[in-house]
Amino acid sequence: MRIPCPYCGPRDSSEFSYLGDAAPTRPDPAAPGAEDAFFDYVYLRDNPAGPLEELWFHASGCRQWLKVLRDTRTHLISGAVFARPKAEVAR
Amino acid sequence: MRYSFLSVLLNGLSGQRGWKPAWRDAAPKPAYDVVIVGGGGHGLATAYYLAKVHGIRNVAVIEKGVIGSGNAGRNTTIVRSNYLLPGNEPFYEWSMKLWEGLERELNYNAMVSQRGVLNLYHSDAQRDAYARRGNAMRLNGVDSELLDAEGVRAMYPFLDFANARFPIRGGLLQRRGGTARHDAVVWGYARAADRLGVDIIQNCEVTGFLSEGSTITGVETTRGPIRAGKVGLAVAGSSSRVAAKAGLRLPIESHVLQAFVSEGLKPLIDGVVTFGAGHFYISQSDKGGLVFGGDIDGYNSYAQRGNLPVIEDVAEGGMALMPRIGRVRLLRHWGGIMDMSMDGSPIIDRTPRPGLYLNAGWCYGGFKATPASGWCFAHLLAKDAPHETASAMRLDRFRTGHLIDEKGVGAQPNLH
Amino acid sequence: MSRLATGGLIDRSRPLAFTFDGRRYTGFAGDTLASALLANDVKLVGRSFKYHRPRGIVSAGPEEPNALVELRSGARREPNSRATVTELYEGLEATSQNRWPSLDLDILSVNRLVAPFLGAGFYYKTFMWPSSFWEKLYEPFIRRAAGLGRAAEGDDPDHYEKANAFCDVLVIGAGPAGLMAAKTAALAGARVILADEDALPGGRLNAETHEIDGAPGHAFAAATIAELGALPNVRIMTRTSVFGVYDGGTYGALERVSDHLREPLPFQPRQRLWRIVARRAVLAAGAIERPIVFGGNDRPGVMAAGAVETYANRYGVAAAKRLAVFANNDGAWRSAFAARAAGIEVAAIADVRPTIAPALLERAKALGIRVIAGGVVAGTAGKTLARIDIASGSRTDRIAVDGLAVSGGWSPNVHLTCHHGGRPVWREDIAAFVPGALPPGLSVAGAAGGTFSLAGAFREGFEAGAAAARDTGFAAPALDAPRAEDESVALAAFWHVAGSRGPAFVDPQNDVTAKDVAIAHKEGFRSVELLKRYTTLGMATDQGKTSNVTGLAIMAELTGAGIEATGTTIFRPPFTPVAIGALAGHHRGTEFRPVRLTPTHGWADEQGAVFIETGAWLRAQYFPRAGESDWLESVNREVKAVRSGVGMIDVSTFGKIDLQGPDAGVFLDRVYINTFSTLAISKARYGVMLREDGMVMDDGTTARLGEQHYVMTTTTANAAKVFQHLEFCLQVLWPELDVQLASISEQWAQIAIAGPRAREVLVGVVDPGTDVSDSALPFMGVAEARVLGGVKARIFRVSFSGELGYEIAVPARRGEDLARALMAAGAPFDITPYGVEALGVMRIEKGHVSGNELSGQTTAGDLGLGRMASTKKDYVGRIMAARPGLTDPERPSLAGFRPVNPAERLRAGAHFVPVGGPADAAHDQGYMTSVAYSPNLGHWIGLGLIRRGQERIGEKVRAHDPVRGGDVEVEICAPCFLDPKGERLRG
Repeated sequence: MRIPCPYCGPRDSSEFSYLGDAAPTRPDPAAPGAEDAFFDYVYLRDNPAGPLEELWFHASGCRQWLKVLRDTRTHLISGAVFARPKAEVAR
Repeated sequence: MRYSFLSVLLNGLSGQRGWKPAWRDAAPKPAYDVVIVGGGGHGLATAYYLAKVHGIRNVAVIEKGVIGSGNAGRNTTIVRSNYLLPGNEPFYEWSMKLWEGLERELNYNAMVSQRGVLNLYHSDAQRDAYARRGNAMRLNGVDSELLDAEGVRAMYPFLDFANARFPIRGGLLQRRGGTARHDAVVWGYARAADRLGVDIIQNCEVTGFLSEGSTITGVETTRGPIRAGKVGLAVAGSSSRVAAKAGLRLPIESHVLQAFVSEGLKPLIDGVVTFGAGHFYISQSDKGGLVFGGDIDGYNSYAQRGNLPVIEDVAEGGMALMPRIGRVRLLRHWGGIMDMSMDGSPIIDRTPRPGLYLNAGWCYGGFKATPASGWCFAHLLAKDAPHETASAMRLDRFRTGHLIDEKGVGAQPNLH
Repeated sequence: MSRLATGGLIDRSRPLAFTFDGRRYTGFAGDTLASALLANDVKLVGRSFKYHRPRGIVSAGPEEPNALVELRSGARREPNSRATVTELYEGLEATSQNRWPSLDLDILSVNRLVAPFLGAGFYYKTFMWPSSFWEKLYEPFIRRAAGLGRAAEGDDPDHYEKANAFCDVLVIGAGPAGLMAAKTAALAGARVILADEDALPGGRLNAETHEIDGAPGHAFAAATIAELGALPNVRIMTRTSVFGVYDGGTYGALERVSDHLREPLPFQPRQRLWRIVARRAVLAAGAIERPIVFGGNDRPGVMAAGAVETYANRYGVAAAKRLAVFANNDGAWRSAFAARAAGIEVAAIADVRPTIAPALLERAKALGIRVIAGGVVAGTAGKTLARIDIASGSRTDRIAVDGLAVSGGWSPNVHLTCHHGGRPVWREDIAAFVPGALPPGLSVAGAAGGTFSLAGAFREGFEAGAAAARDTGFAAPALDAPRAEDESVALAAFWHVAGSRGPAFVDPQNDVTAKDVAIAHKEGFRSVELLKRYTTLGMATDQGKTSNVTGLAIMAELTGAGIEATGTTIFRPPFTPVAIGALAGHHRGTEFRPVRLTPTHGWADEQGAVFIETGAWLRAQYFPRAGESDWLESVNREVKAVRSGVGMIDVSTFGKIDLQGPDAGVFLDRVYINTFSTLAISKARYGVMLREDGMVMDDGTTARLGEQHYVMTTTTANAAKVFQHLEFCLQVLWPELDVQLASISEQWAQIAIAGPRAREVLVGVVDPGTDVSDSALPFMGVAEARVLGGVKARIFRVSFSGELGYEIAVPARRGEDLARALMAAGAPFDITPYGVEALGVMRIEKGHVSGNELSGQTTAGDLGLGRMASTKKDYVGRIMAARPGLTDPERPSLAGFRPVNPAERLRAGAHFVPVGGPADAAHDQGYMTSVAYSPNLGHWIGLGLIRRGQERIGEKVRAHDPVRGGDVEVEICAPCFLDPKGERLRG
């Protein structure tokens, strides 16, 4: 699998480490029902068979967390962007 | 037809003309007491024990392809009960006991072969961790032995003792562990369940659920609706996809685990050996192929195939452990889709939808669990209460924090 | 001898001696083992898997199911080597397999007598009684009888390599289609890799007698290769099998660098694994000829028609003296004519088709070959083939032959197209599966796609090469197709001679017969997957290259459903088997994984350290001295030296992370359970961080060097994990925080000095004028200073041992200098280097948690660290740590343990059970996590997790350790055994 790192260019997936679905976002810990929200965030996954935006860390490269759009049925990767909204990393 | 020396003899004499189908290729009836979704080992075993133990025979097993074509037919066939945690160990030991009687139970030779499972350790800390596990097994009445390096050498003199990056210092041995012929387990359960009246319905994919209010009352399938008193899901690898049709999200990700087999060889490795300083385990099938594997690829996948980094990693582990297999050739590799749960342990429980029951989250350990999984899931379906050996395998444990995390890596499925 | 007087692409000036089963023979350079054996009239080469039937060579390629030998001997013995693709070399040593005592006289061939009872599935129906006999009797017998060759007798002495290659266009196969594709793409300017498994590129051009542009096919191939080889953008890789298609245009390929040599040349690998990343690939892997199944079809001498042609044309070998042909297609007739042209007598051509093309009949007549149209082989005879019976209508002809060339048509090599799950589709007109859905970037040309004529192969090769060039941004040149024949490949599908005499093998290597397929059918194992698994059809080393389609077709005949409805063949990687050694490369032995050495490794080595693997690190375990009898004596000395004087240890392996930015303090507050934003500058604090699920992830001290500057230490084991976690928190969770992280683990060497005399030693290494007094550098104080005459250093007054201690960090390259300087400065105090064992002893004496307690299964509360958690802020893991399962007071928590009888030894991994109570799971209260012998206390001590541990001080339990035969009564005590008030470290 080749991941098109926006900083380093296409690299073999073995340079990266994988976290999973990028959709869950850390809930507001102060909001009411935070326990349920955190349970959901930490444990429940859509786990789709199809396109999935997921988090990869370029551990052996630029150390950037990426959001990679990949199809879980075919492993086809259609793009990757920095997970950090402001591309401060692209210096 | 009962299988025996005599039946084999008579059929041999008659030109093999007397055999009958091992199970009927049933068409779906409109309704059953219980519908099991998934014709793998777990689903078929569940149906068998429902009929055999609980007398519930109006049961259908529905399978989207042919039986045993999922993980039941894509694993490395190891059976063992060398678990650490109290939520797991009694269950896997119950499974082991069922394995030990399986052939007579089913009148089918599943080639359960107790040639030992040896987990190697390479450091003092690893030794102590194995001691902890071995002691936990003993407390559960399960056999375990802690070997030193000489003990390992006596069993497997050809391992790399002389030149290893991580020297072998010993191993945890479960002599009762071993392997079974995976396909035969499927066929044996199918045949035995069929004989008790269970309908095995192949090429029948679940497309949705029938419900009244929140209660699940059956399944929609590619072969029409089928009503059911209870529906049990045993579709590891696809659990999230099927459960989603009932509106459920699960603490599960699907990952690919690769498996490997070499060309056939004369006997080389007697039991199962697991490398402790890398990701590699190996055994040798009765046909002579070395059957081996390693870690999951580590990314979500439904593709039933993996990539070179893990293939190479596994081969490296193999060569580090037993350098004489360098010239043995890899014949075939493939991938299976694992239900990787958030704590690395399975789920056998009711779901928030009344009438719908879940058997899922087997990670890469589903094969060895087959008999007990069927037994306990049947118990749950029949009695609406968990079997004592599976009482910790609850769906709500993630919410309450009563996790069964053998590896201690937390809610990250690809690390389990 | 069956070597033809002339012809073949062999070098008759270079004879090569070799042995088979100990007998000496001679072949020529350019031979394979198979061609050389045939040239020497060796027809019996192996025994079959189950029935031990005699078997001979049937093919001339990688699909060979029968001619498998053990190649070489001893540690280089390579089982199941296909003689048909083994290049001959001087001194080659081959041994037949699966026979005893000899190939000619094999005892287990008695299995043939009981064969009627050993049909498909027979194992599953029997061997069940009595149960204990399985492991003891039945299975050992089956295991011994099964398998084929024997693995090497010793560790593989050869080397393997891995390499990467990148190209625009990868062409797989250098036959006519591949040559044309490569040439077209290359002339367009694309970077091309042309890979072929053969040593001699050309594919069937080397085996058949085509004329291309007026020259022989093999000459055309050689010329094209020469032309391509001269182009700078082309790399030709011979002896290289592309075995798998992986994701992202990555192809796995195996280059057999030295397999054609007796041993690899010095510094050369035996094989090389290539990972080829190609933007486009063209599969031009050709096709494999299929057999027709009939009774006695496994007799040595029965061979694929194309193979007979190959042996004659390429190797100058007559595979038979008197040959018959049995076929269902026009192509086989050309093989017959080629054999005849090479001087082999062709007794008859039996074609299942009643009507044959007139041109073929004329040619046969001209060559004097008898034709039996509508004829099938009804039986064979001879240990090696001596006679065949051909039935046509009501008549049977007995024909004495020593060779039978069979062709059931050709199966395209679709294998690689299946590697992404694509299923081949059935083409009725050629009675073959052709590629279905293709992996991204892969196209197919020539016979691999079902186009069998030479002209068609050239045309498709050009088209595929041009398309691949276009797709990668190069304009393709105009077609300059070589002139070649568009020969007829007509065929009538025909699979199985029903009613023929004797067992009819579908998969000869696994001994699966047509009758076995029928049993599977009867018992309901009808889908292709079940058929394969039940009968083992196609599961042998050839992976069904010649048998899958036939078996499927026979099943389709039985079900009447047609081939398309019955299923499809699907192939998994690798295309041909790959040596495990090649996949591992050099990662074996001590080079299995890289070794990380500490900055002071050389110094420690000089000091006589014993080293121990700690993850990837090699660390000093202890420093034995002359006269010490075992490790414990050394460790005891080291511990006592630290506690009474001073010792030093390299702690560079701890993870070190630099954090800078205005939000660094806030950031740390969110990742640690305790607070760091309030930490004073030049101070350090112990911190605990959780995973988001509430379990402890790691601990360590973090120091504040400036208003916006912290430096964190992590445990050795978790260094990478924590860094990744922090980057995650920063980049994904809280990108709004202005913090920069850098791993500085490798940049700084860090040495701890500990003991009552530590300050005096420190004074000896800091530059003059540096104040390290207790008031200037108090406990948990941090100083940035200069040591060793101007070397930048960070000095942390922290202690893992519980003694007055400092950790001194210097740039990594000065680590060894620092060690030597400390030794010199410490000499008056008899400074003692100590290793990780002594470090462990002292941390257990102090009750500090470490890796064994930070198991990922423990909460901060379990470890007695719960009170550290701030209630005034949120942090990772806070919410989930509050779940009932994590706050249950019944959870095992950290306590100390000492043996009631001080002479008894403790062991980690022991479980706690009640004194006088049963030792069973119901009474399991926890386990011992860490133990040490405390030379200060004079007995063993331990840390462990036990139910409600912190409330049970003084209670006695048993540390039960049945796997080591231990059962020790222990008293629960506070985890800190020494100086609980911490007076020593403030000293």
